[in-house]
Amino acid sequence: MLLSASLPGMAANAQVSSAPAAAAITLTDARGRAVQLTAPPQRIVSLLPSLAESVCALGACTRIVGVDRYTTWPPALAHLPRLGGNLEPNIEAVVALRPDVVLISVASRAIGRLEALGLKVIALEPRTHAEVHGVLRTLATMLALPQGAEPVWARMEQGLAEAARAMPAQARGQRVYFEASRGPFAAGENSFIGETLARLGLVNIVPAALGPFPRLNPEYVVRADPDLLMGGVRSLGESREPYPGWSALRAMQSGRICRFAGAEADLVIRPGPRIAEAAMAMARCVQKVYP
Amino acid sequence: MSANPLRPAWLALALLLASLLLLLLGAGVGSTGWESVWRLAAPDADPLAWQIVRDIRLPRTVGAWLAGALLGLAGAVAQGVFRNPLADPYLLGSASGASLGVALAMAALGVSPFALQGLLRLGITGAAFAGAVGAVLLTLLLAKGAHNTMRLLLAGVVVGVVLGAASSMVLMLSPEIMQAMQSFMLGSTSFVGWGACALMAAVLALVVLLAWSLSRVLDGLALGESTALSLGLPLAPLRLLLIVVMALATGTAVAQTGLIAFVGLAAPHLVRSLVRAMHGWLLLLSAGMGAVLLLGADLLARWLIAPQELPVGVLTAVLGGTYLLWLMHRRNVQEIA
Repeated sequence: MLLSASLPGMAANAQVSSAPAAAAITLTDARGRAVQLTAPPQRIVSLLPSLAESVCALGACTRIVGVDRYTTWPPALAHLPRLGGNLEPNIEAVVALRPDVVLISVASRAIGRLEALGLKVIALEPRTHAEVHGVLRTLATMLALPQGAEPVWARMEQGLAEAARAMPAQARGQRVYFEASRGPFAAGENSFIGETLARLGLVNIVPAALGPFPRLNPEYVVRADPDLLMGGVRSLGESREPYPGWSALRAMQSGRICRFAGAEADLVIRPGPRIAEAAMAMARCVQKVYP
Repeated sequence: MSANPLRPAWLALALLLASLLLLLLGAGVGSTGWESVWRLAAPDADPLAWQIVRDIRLPRTVGAWLAGALLGLAGAVAQGVFRNPLADPYLLGSASGASLGVALAMAALGVSPFALQGLLRLGITGAAFAGAVGAVLLTLLLAKGAHNTMRLLLAGVVVGVVLGAASSMVLMLSPEIMQAMQSFMLGSTSFVGWGACALMAAVLALVVLLAWSLSRVLDGLALGESTALSLGLPLAPLRLLLIVVMALATGTAVAQTGLIAFVGLAAPHLVRSLVRAMHGWLLLLSAGMGAVLLLGADLLARWLIAPQELPVGVLTAVLGGTYLLWLMHRRNVQEIA
């Protein structure tokens, strides 16, 4: 199916329901709001790192004209104007870029203002693997990609499977604690990090019942005594015990700790199109601590 | 004042008993909720359970008690020095100073390993302490000493606002520390080990001794500055010393447990509503009251949704605030009757 991206009314795609009048593209964002576009947007502002990453993964990086302060990937976006944080963007700067569409997180207070100023706003916030997939599909619809998001998703699935294959055999079924942030805030089974860990064949000590990122009593971790600790170097620290009483953990004793630093620390906590790369970063570290 | 105030010694005894009871309870409240400590101590018990009690539960229980005592004492000193019932230990900018120190230290942990080396070596705890004490010194500098109360309060408020804005700035530039920062702002005892306990105990002993020996100054101040001066007290240096005591107590507590709200404000009020006493007793009882309040709140924070935890600062405000409001209400009713 061939379609012209620039001519309104002509776009037709299996995932695009044609709407009356000029609206060629109708999609539903994470607020449940139907957003109608006359044509695939040529000028996109992204105010959430994972959304900019998703647009780029779908091959539309060049259409992004502005990003939020926290977007760090891909490097091609580095020269773009920074429009403030995702929750408090510089509205004037967003409007000045004359975007066809603004991609923003659901929690942002700026949504109302931007819409009142006549901008098309699509609010999305991926929190699980399924939602990452869903966001890619929505954005593929927005971009009116004939092949949809499936090729990209298939590559990600393939990457996740590769990461799982890269896991050393003796690490299978090992029990893991992933620290999302100091507190300790854990990444539970039903967080996207937990889903990645499960794909790698690791067993999370934080069950889904506790929620995606619960703040735990540190003795819960001591009692569960995981085989492996993972987290940013910021919260697990360089060498000292992260919390009192943790030096007796078998993971601390055996040195089975994955501390992610720098760009990797960003990578592993972002629910975007790079979850397969994040999984591979985890697998590489596990290879090191399970020689 | 209520019609029949308690004798200070009775309240002291009650606080002591409550502390003991809560300390015992604290050994039993953990990640699985309530656990029988007897069973843990049994010979066939799991050694891991015993290690958890020894290395995690006991230090944080004792630590909550000590931090509460430091904050309660600092609150009583603050309200005495400023002769203002609204004064709390964070009044001279120590809270925002500590936050700024912590925010800088946490942000520095993320960036290049060579940036801010000194701050890193200090650690998050050291940075909090340095920030708290530094902010109070800055306030004193801006107020040109401690002799003018209004000037001092104003300088404290300004320093608090400016340093608060600075830490917001740091937070905006490194958003990844947001969640860890939140756990500092709302307070937590999960980082307290035996080392932190020993430090807090040593500081508590020092500041209790200092404050207690200066309690006559606070009694004099309670009668008004001119009366205090006419008693022959060298007000300016003594007041400076009291502020140093307050800063030391607050800085030490905040560095180990984060910004726990309301204990410093509520503890002296609760004591005054129960007993009528000179500052000698008031200081000691406020420390005891703060300790009981914070420890009680910490136990609830650990127990209510175990194995998850609530921010302890939220519970201190709910517990202390509710009790204080109830006392005020009761007193009104009595006065009307």
